[in-house]
Amino acid sequence: MKKLILIFIFNLFIFNNTSFALVEVDITRGNLNPLPIAVSPLYVEPGSKEIKKDGKIIQNIGEEISKIIEINFRRSGLFNPLKKESFVQNPDIAHIKPRFEDWRLIKAQALVTGKVAITEDKLRIEFRLWDVVAAKEMNALAFSTTPDNWRRVAHIISDKIYQRLTGEKGYFDTRIIYVSETGKKTQRYKKLAIMDQDGANVKYLTLGNELVLTPRFSPKNQLVTYLSYFRNLPRVYLLDIETGVQEVVGDFPGMTFAPRFSPDGKKIIMSFAKDGNSEIYTMDLNSRVVEKITDHTSIDTSPSYSPDGKYICFNSDRSGLQQIYVMRSDGSNVKRITFGKGLYGTPVWSPRGDLIAFTRVHKGKFYIGVMRPDGSGERLLTENFYQEAPSWSPNGRVLIFYRETKTDSKGEGFSTKLWSIDLTGYNERLIETETDGSDPSWSSLLSK
Amino acid sequence: MNKSIFLSLIFHSLMIILTALSLPFMMRSPIDLPPILTVDLIQITDKTTIPYAAKATEVLEKIKKKEEEKRIVSQQAPPSEKKKEKPDRIPLPDDLNKEKKQIVKKKQNPEEIKDEIRQASEFEKKELFDPNQIAALIDKSKEETSEILKKNKKLTQSSVKTSFSNALTLSQEDALKAQIFGCWSLPLGLPYHDNLMVRIKLRLKPDGTVSRSEVLDHARMNLPGQGFYKVLAESALRAIRICQPLRVPPTGYEKWKDLQLNFDANEMIKG
Repeated sequence: MKKLILIFIFNLFIFNNTSFALVEVDITRGNLNPLPIAVSPLYVEPGSKEIKKDGKIIQNIGEEISKIIEINFRRSGLFNPLKKESFVQNPDIAHIKPRFEDWRLIKAQALVTGKVAITEDKLRIEFRLWDVVAAKEMNALAFSTTPDNWRRVAHIISDKIYQRLTGEKGYFDTRIIYVSETGKKTQRYKKLAIMDQDGANVKYLTLGNELVLTPRFSPKNQLVTYLSYFRNLPRVYLLDIETGVQEVVGDFPGMTFAPRFSPDGKKIIMSFAKDGNSEIYTMDLNSRVVEKITDHTSIDTSPSYSPDGKYICFNSDRSGLQQIYVMRSDGSNVKRITFGKGLYGTPVWSPRGDLIAFTRVHKGKFYIGVMRPDGSGERLLTENFYQEAPSWSPNGRVLIFYRETKTDSKGEGFSTKLWSIDLTGYNERLIETETDGSDPSWSSLLSK
Repeated sequence: MNKSIFLSLIFHSLMIILTALSLPFMMRSPIDLPPILTVDLIQITDKTTIPYAAKATEVLEKIKKKEEEKRIVSQQAPPSEKKKEKPDRIPLPDDLNKEKKQIVKKKQNPEEIKDEIRQASEFEKKELFDPNQIAALIDKSKEETSEILKKNKKLTQSSVKTSFSNALTLSQEDALKAQIFGCWSLPLGLPYHDNLMVRIKLRLKPDGTVSRSEVLDHARMNLPGQGFYKVLAESALRAIRICQPLRVPPTGYEKWKDLQLNFDANEMIKG
């Protein structure tokens, strides 16, 4: 009997022992710090020709390129570029074979190395992205271009690294068009200006003798549409950034607002007041046929297409207060999507289609926020005295907008500056511009 | 006497049944994890660049106009040939078909920008628009990946989760978690997604170093709109490498030599 009991216990033990096969541990916490990344100065091949910038010779083009990449990463808020003073390995050796122990020593988790060669009128830049911890290469590319394109290549490299490390497309090889402002608040001179997304390479596209408003990039190419007043009449223009060719799309009666491209770039959508009432209209850029989209006694303005072109969001005061509405692109099925306190305006559909950015005014404060296209999940990203006109980066992760400062008792101190903020709401950055700026619009990626 | 025989018969029968049930477990071979195949995608080497470089030279020779000389030519084919990725966007089956048709050869040249692949939102469905049902439409748009995600979820739920009282004590488990928490740098660009969990299976050595690691659900990395998953998996693997040797108990190696770490970023990202 005793023996039987012992055998029985032995069997139970066998059953119990099988449960040790696999231990599972749930890891639900980690660091939310930006990824430490080392951007080694790019090695310049001996015998390379010199590059000039603003008439001055750039002493070390490899270092300049690495600095641009670093600045891009730091501004993104997702990466922490490590200080170059802490680097142990020299760029020439690092590019051939990094000593990963040296880079691990300074806590780098990713490493960028590269090489620059300038011959005659040709610039060749190659880079490699390394996983320092796994000690392996993650990406490597080479670019050939003319030497004066070196800044653009730095942005393209930033995009490639960003995409490899985050899984989504970058936004560094892009441009921003905005209204450059100078002069007192009561007498502002407004010029159309364009710059790289980091504020470099500013170019002025108009002279400032006519008022320009709301420039908007085409999502397809380097075309820009904007509003200007000629002899006090609003005119919508079309400007090709690449060629500089400008044409008048049309003169429109009364108050005309915010022309914006359709996703295919074939139409522009805007609002203007015909017969004293602002409605939304589209214009086919080929046939120049104007089509009325909304028909309501209220004021309908600020239309923006969804990326698939099937829907339009806009703001209207048809409910008494200015709120955001969504409708089909033919004007049917109008549906209000905002019900919060205050006023909602300037809705802009994200290039990813998942969110709509907007400006909200409540109790004297201006907020920039995002919400889903059905109006749910509203998140206010930033609050200020006066700010508006959000515009999306091409990857739908960052918003650019402008912010005004208060004037003091003497009527001075007024300024308008461009700012950017990412979807987390924590990474808010001032974009340095030569002059004041407003009404920014972000281009699509220049290098597809 | 009869009673003893009767009891003996019952117990003998019981023993036979128990033995029959336990034999398969005794005979089962230990879990043998397949080795990880590390594939390094080296895109520029002397050999691989030769055809592209030659091609690029040939192209450059043909281009005579000054404007075209300024363009930037990537010597790597993949960026221009690849279908445009839309991270964070979950494409619909319809979207996928349409996008495939619209894939065009793209160059890193702003002057030669061709029609890009049409953007599409989650609204792109055959049904008539009804903003009341947008949430439902968004949910439907996830059909492409939902099956795999469900499968993953089921796997997690159905897999037998070992009680730590058997393998590790609570303090040992906490020590291990705390160690990995400190090593794991979450990729900050992660999208707001339903499933931000990566499961990694490890075979440990007695000193806590990792002899083998395997990302489960690795097929998910290649799904459209799941580019972030690869990034998440890499961050988890990086954390393990930084952390090792893992803080494991000095005894009971057989109990914890096979370890599965479930890196779950949902809580962190969604707050």
